[in-house]
Amino acid sequence: MSKLNAQSPAGPLEQKWSNHKGHIRLVSPANKMRIDVIVVGTGLAGASAAASLAEMGYNVKAFAFQDSPRRAHSIAAQGGINAAKNYMNDGDSVYRLFYDTIKGGDYRSREANVYRLAEVSTSIIDQCVAQGVPFARDYGGLLDNRSFGGVQVSRTFYAKGQTGQQLLLGAYSAISRQIAKGKVTMHSRHEMVDLVVVDGKARGIIARNMVTGEVERHGAHAVVLCTGGYGNVFFLSTNAMGSNVTAAWKAHKRGAFMSNPCYTQIHPTCIPVSGHHQSKLTLMSESLRNDGRIWVPKKKEDAEAIRAGKLKPTQLKEEDRDYYLERRYPAFGNLVPRDIASRAAKERCDAGFGVNKTGEAVYLDFASAMERYGKTQANLKGLKNPSKEEILALGKIVVEKQYGNLFDMYKQITADNPYETPMMIYPAVHYTMGGLWVDYNLMTTVPGCFAAGEANFSDHGANRLGASALMQGLADGYFVLPYTIGEYLADDIRTPKIDTNHPAFETAEKEVKDRISFFLNNKGTKTVDHYHRLLGKLMWDYCGMARSKEGLDYAIAEIRKLRDDFYQNVRVPGKADRYNPELDKAGRVADFLELGELMCIDALNRNESCGGHFREEFQTAEGEALRDDENYAYVAAWEFQGDPGKAVLHKEELNYDFVKMQQRSYK
Amino acid sequence: MNLKLKIWRQEGQNDQGRMVDYQANNVSDDMSFLEMLDVLNEELIEKGDDPIAFDHDCREGICGMCSLFINGEAHGPVKGVTTCQLHMRSFKDGETIFIEPWRAKAFPVVKDLAVNRSAFDRIIQSGGYVSVNTSGNTLDANAIAIPKPNADKAFDAATCIGCGACVATCKNASATLFLSAKVSQLALLPQGQVERKERVTKMLHQMDEEGFGACTNTGACFVQCPKGISLENIARLNSEFRNALLS
Ligand SMILES: Cc1cc2nc3c(=O)[nH]c(=O)nc-3n(C[C@H](O)[C@H](O)[C@H](O)COP(=O)(O)OP(=O)(O)OC[C@H]3O[C@@H](n4cnc5c(N)ncnc54)[C@H](O)[C@@H]3O)c2cc1C
Ligand code: SF4
Ligand code: FES
Repeated sequence: MSKLNAQSPAGPLEQKWSNHKGHIRLVSPANKMRIDVIVVGTGLAGASAAASLAEMGYNVKAFAFQDSPRRAHSIAAQGGINAAKNYMNDGDSVYRLFYDTIKGGDYRSREANVYRLAEVSTSIIDQCVAQGVPFARDYGGLLDNRSFGGVQVSRTFYAKGQTGQQLLLGAYSAISRQIAKGKVTMHSRHEMVDLVVVDGKARGIIARNMVTGEVERHGAHAVVLCTGGYGNVFFLSTNAMGSNVTAAWKAHKRGAFMSNPCYTQIHPTCIPVSGHHQSKLTLMSESLRNDGRIWVPKKKEDAEAIRAGKLKPTQLKEEDRDYYLERRYPAFGNLVPRDIASRAAKERCDAGFGVNKTGEAVYLDFASAMERYGKTQANLKGLKNPSKEEILALGKIVVEKQYGNLFDMYKQITADNPYETPMMIYPAVHYTMGGLWVDYNLMTTVPGCFAAGEANFSDHGANRLGASALMQGLADGYFVLPYTIGEYLADDIRTPKIDTNHPAFETAEKEVKDRISFFLNNKGTKTVDHYHRLLGKLMWDYCGMARSKEGLDYAIAEIRKLRDDFYQNVRVPGKADRYNPELDKAGRVADFLELGELMCIDALNRNESCGGHFREEFQTAEGEALRDDENYAYVAAWEFQGDPGKAVLHKEELNYDFVKMQQRSYK
Repeated sequence: MNLKLKIWRQEGQNDQGRMVDYQANNVSDDMSFLEMLDVLNEELIEKGDDPIAFDHDCREGICGMCSLFINGEAHGPVKGVTTCQLHMRSFKDGETIFIEPWRAKAFPVVKDLAVNRSAFDRIIQSGGYVSVNTSGNTLDANAIAIPKPNADKAFDAATCIGCGACVATCKNASATLFLSAKVSQLALLPQGQVERKERVTKMLHQMDEEGFGACTNTGACFVQCPKGISLENIARLNSEFRNALLS
C-alpha cells in the first residue's frame, strides 16, 4: 500500500480550490503570534511566502545563502510569467491554461494542483501591479502580452527581458516591509545544512552562518523549503552558481520523499560551451524562436568545412541548409516545446552536422526575419524598389527593438555579431520538474515540512511550459501555502516555542560539525570542482537529453565510484570559523553526488519516454517519445533508506477525471 | 595570454589587508573575468593555498552579487557590463591587473574581495515599497492605465541591480544613485503616490544613518553603473525631497 495521500479535494474541478480554501481551519490572530515558521529560501516562492505569512501574523524566520533576498536565482528569469487574464481577447481562459499545462507536462501532473495554479494566476498579476512591478505596457497604457512556446494564445506578461528581476524585486519589497516591521527576521548568508525532526514532525533547521562559520540551531512550528531547483547537479546549467539541492536533500534524508527526480528540462537555446574553464551556461530567451530559424548544413562536408573555419554560414545557399524543425514539425516549426527542440538539435549534432569547434551547436538565424520585417517597413515608408541592403537595414532596426538586449549579451559573450552572422546555440540544463513530493497542501511526507516553488515537484509533470515557473513560485508563495499551512498549524496552537535543546537538535548539529571537520581535515589533493565537473559530465552524457538502460547502469556504477573517490581525495581549504565558500561548495557537491545516483535510478525505473525524460529504447519509428500510460501514469516518490541506491519507490497514481490523455503531437 | 594580477587579500572585517601578486597563465580570450579567477583558485587550492574569496552568483549580469574594482574602475574597463560579463578579450597579454573590493565605510569587507552590502537592504526596508498586503482581491491589474512613457521610465529605474558600483565609484561613497532609482520607480507609478513624501524622507535618512556620503553631483556613479541608471533619477529624487519638505 502506498503511503501517499495527495489530499486532492473532491468535487468539480472549478470548485476544488475554493471549497478547500473555505474549509481550511483558521488559526486565531492571538495564536498566530505564538507560532514560528521558518522559510528557507527567499526567491520568488520564499520571499512571497515569508511576506504573506508575516502579514497574516506568524513569526517568520527567513534564510538565504546570498547576501540579500534580492539576489535569489529567480532574478535571472528573462522571458515572462503566464496568467489567464485573456486581456488580448484571444480566447484564453483558466481552463485553457490548465489544459495547456497538463498537455505540456505530457500528462504526468496532478489535475487538481494544475487547475488551482491556473486559477490563481490572475491574482498574481494584480498583486504585482499593486506592488509597483513595471510590466511592459502598450501605447494605451494597458498591460502587454507575448506568446511563448507550446501554446497558441498570448498570455505571457513581461518586463523586457528582465521579468524575473522585476517580480523578485516586488516580492523583495514585500518581505522588506515585513522585515522593517519585525515580523520577518532575515538571515542572509546562511546555509541550511540539516532539517530537524522531533517526534516525527519538522521542528527546525541547522544553519551555517557563512560569514562567521557558526553552526546555529533554529526552531519553529513548521519549516517551508523554497530552495529552488537542482539543475547544477549537471555542473553546467543556466542556474546561478550557488543553486543547490542541499536543503531538499537533507529533508529527503530525514524522511521527505523525492519525486520524479529524473524529469529535467533542457532548454534548446543557450550559448554553447567555449572551453574547459566554462563555469555556467547562458540562456538566450525562448522568445528568440518567434523570429529566429534554426538550421544546420544539409551536407556533412559543409558542416566539416564550417567547423574547420573554411566556410562561413552566410556563404551557404538556401538549398544547402536543413531547417530541421520546420521539416519535422510543419505545424509548430521553430516553436515546438523545449524538450522536442532540444532533442532535435542533439540528433543533428550527434549525426555529425554540428557547426562549432566542438560540433555541439546549431544556427539560430535572423536573416529571414530581418528581410521580412525590412520589406514591411519599406512598404510602410513607400520605398520603391529598395535594394537588399536597404531592406536589411530597415529590418535590423525592428529586430534590434525586440531583441536588442539579447543580441548585445550574445555579442559580449561570444564576440560574434548576430546581426551579421547567425547565432550559435545548443541545449543546456535549465529547470528541474522533479523535487520534493508534496500533497495538495504543499506538505511533504514529513509532517510540518512544506515545499514550494521549483523545490517541489508539483505542477509541471514531465515538462514545464515557458513562463510557468515564475507563475508557480508566486502562486505557491502568495496564494496557496499561506492558507494551506493553516490546516497543519491549527493542530499546533498549544505547542510552545520549540526547544532547541532537544536531543534531535543536538544530534543534527553534531553531525553537521563532524561533516565540516571531516572536510577540512581530509588530506586530499583534488578540488571540489574537479568532482563536480566529472559528476556533471556523467549526468549529461547518460542522464541528459537521451537515456538508455545501458548508459544509466554505467552511470550509477561510476557515480558510486566517484563518490568514494570524493570522500577519500577531496581537498577543502580554509577554516571552519571563517567565510569559506569552498567548504559550502563541498557540502553541496556531496549532496549532488547522492542525488545524481537517485536521478539515474528514477530514469532507469521509468520504462517510457515522456516530456524531458527520453529513453532511447522507447521511441516511435520517427524518433518521437513513446509514453506508456498503462504502466507509468504515476508520480514516482522515492523514500531514502540509508543510501541512494537503496531508495524505495512509492507510486501516486495519476487519475485524469477531466482531461483525456492523448499522444502529444506538434506535427 | 599571461597576466600579472595584484589582488587585495584580507582575512576578515577586522584584519589588515594587503595587495598580493599572482600570475595567471594560459588565459583564453573566451573566459569571463570570474572564470579566470576560478582557474587561479583551483591552482591555489591544489598548491595548498587559500583561494581568493569574491562574490558572484548568476554570472549573467542581473543578480548584482559580483563586485570587483578592476584597474581602478568598478566592474572593470567595459561600460555597461558587470564583472561577471566582462571577458578576458578586453585585456592584453602581459598586462598587470589590479583587483580590489568595493571600498566604502558602509560596505565592510567580509573576506578578500567580498563585501557586506546589507546597508542597501536597510535602505529599502526604510520605505522602498508600496504598503500593500497579499489579499487576492486587489484591483484588477488593468484597472489603472499607466501612460507608456511613465511606465517605461519606471521600468528603466527599476532595473538597478543593487550592486553598489555607484557607491564604490563615488568619491563621497554616496548611495544616491541607488536610492534615486527606487524613489523614481515608485514616484512614476500611480501605486507609489500615497507614500511618496514619507518614502523619500525615510530613505534619505536611512542612507545617512548607514554612513554613506552626500551627493555632490560629480556624476561618476552613472558612468560606472552597469545598468545605465541615469542622472535624471537623481534630479527626480531631489525634487521629490523638496516637495516633501515643502508640505
Ligand atoms: C536563466 C533562466 C531564465 C528563466 N526564465 C524563466 C522565465 O522567463 N519564466 C519562468 O516562468 N521561469 C523562468 N525560469 C525558471 C524560474 O526562474 C525558476 O524556476 C524560479 O525562479 C525558481 O524560484 P524559486 O523561488 O523556487 O527558487 P530560487 O529563486 O532559486 O530561490 C532559491 C532560494 O533558496 C535559497 N537557498 C537555496 N538553498 C539554500 C540553503 N541550503 N540554505 C539557505 N538558503 C538556500 C537561495 O538563497 C534562494 O533565496 C528561468 C530560469 C533560468 C535559470
Ligand atoms: S544604481 Fe547602478 S551602480 Fe548603483 S547599485 Fe544600481 S545598478 Fe549598481
Ligand atoms: S554574478 Fe550576478 S551580476 Fe555578476
